Amino acid sequence: MALRAGILSGRNTNCFPDLKWPRISGSNLAEHFPASNILMTDIRHKVLLVDDDADLLEIYRETFAMLPSKPEIHTANSGARAISMLEKTDYRVLVSDLNMPKMDGLQLLSIVRRKHPDLRTVVLTAVSDEQFRSRVYALGVDLYWHKPGSEHEMRMFLHCLESLLDRESDKGFRGVQSKSLVDIVQLECISQSSSVLRITNGPLSGRIWVNSGELIDAETENSLGEEAFQMILRWRNGSFEFLPPEPGRPRTIYKSYNALLLETAQALDEMQGGEAPQPDSTGLVTLSPASGLNSLVQLDGVEFALAFAEDEKRAVESRGLENPEKLATWSRQSLERFRALGERLQAGTVQQVDGLGLQRNVAVAQKGDTQICVGWQNSLDATEVHERMNKAMTLWGS
Amino acid sequence: MGFLSFFSKPVRTLLKLPSGSFTMDRTGQVVVATLPSSFPSDLTHEIGNTVLQAFRDAQEAHLPLNELVVHYPSLRVTAREMRGGAIIFLTPILSTSPKVMISPATT
Repeated sequence: MALRAGILSGRNTNCFPDLKWPRISGSNLAEHFPASNILMTDIRHKVLLVDDDADLLEIYRETFAMLPSKPEIHTANSGARAISMLEKTDYRVLVSDLNMPKMDGLQLLSIVRRKHPDLRTVVLTAVSDEQFRSRVYALGVDLYWHKPGSEHEMRMFLHCLESLLDRESDKGFRGVQSKSLVDIVQLECISQSSSVLRITNGPLSGRIWVNSGELIDAETENSLGEEAFQMILRWRNGSFEFLPPEPGRPRTIYKSYNALLLETAQALDEMQGGEAPQPDSTGLVTLSPASGLNSLVQLDGVEFALAFAEDEKRAVESRGLENPEKLATWSRQSLERFRALGERLQAGTVQQVDGLGLQRNVAVAQKGDTQICVGWQNSLDATEVHERMNKAMTLWGS
Repeated sequence: MGFLSFFSKPVRTLLKLPSGSFTMDRTGQVVVATLPSSFPSDLTHEIGNTVLQAFRDAQEAHLPLNELVVHYPSLRVTAREMRGGAIIFLTPILSTSPKVMISPATT
């Protein structure tokens, strides 16, 4: 009891030399959160705390309960217990330790990311190894935090936790959440601005020139003008930045921005066979396999492309290959095997499998429910295959 | 003071991804390895067998491969086929690692 009291009061104890849990009183905490941040709604988000140390759990509970949004705090002393609680209750945030007996934090988080992709996850640990930090972020965890050692760190951690509780979905372009690129271009044109908009979507990047509210040019990968503009506008997320205007840029686009936006919307509709494009959980629009494959085989270095579902009973779509079934079977099996291996190693979800051969090179990856195998010219080396497949997958998602 | 260990909690050590290589022959035996001894041998075998199976299945699918690179967010597995066996390189990827990919099998 004396030990627990020692920790609660924020004193260091010899029993836990590496563990410092600074005490922040309720009045102190209120001072550090602006009144505007305090939620005045009836919604109380639920937070699940997982740690095998009962004393720490109690301290977590007391500290987190003082957050301005007054979250409902639940605790679990093992990974298995946490999984069972997540099945029954809808939580907003999971805060987990890494070092736990039986099921460690990495195992817990890999299961949680798969079963509850919308749950925000936080790792709060004494482990300071850079490899574990990288692996935790690779699992898709929102926040990795070393157990706070000072009141200042504690305050910063609570700020981060509070913002995670508040944050809505991350779809849209970074900086302008929930806004599509169409919205951003429209804003620029309506406000009669002059600027260069640089957009980055994974390995792809493009630029759109706006002069006095008029679209004058666009550029991406291998396209210029209207074609480039339409390609860029198919991207559903990424990041953008405004560069200084370039008034001397030669004009290649003469249509009004409204007409171009309308044409792009129509083109997207046609590619979807009349159906409105639906972004998947990552915010990317998944094209129908047929239209996606047509785009892929036009890329430089591509010999053939296949698209298929995990389910072997569903048909394989292919371009450039007469008998794609055997290759599709190998691709499915390889992705499945390496996915299982990734889970055993806690290395994260397999991103890509590249195979290099004397006759041809192949690369296999998965986007949403669709698995894609692309055959590349054997003159390309491993790095080129990997980078080009990365771009191909981004194009597929766009 | 040994009685204090009675109260200490059993903490499972987190599995650290190793950096190194190993060679597996066609029968699934690890011939030589530079992996740390702390890395479980059953996982070494599992990696090797998965890679060998992928090479064999590729051959059956009329897609003979001599190199396989598997990309995970925090690990890269590079395998080079060697007469039915393989030499396999494991490279953990840190967030601070350079983005340029260099195949250890070709350097």
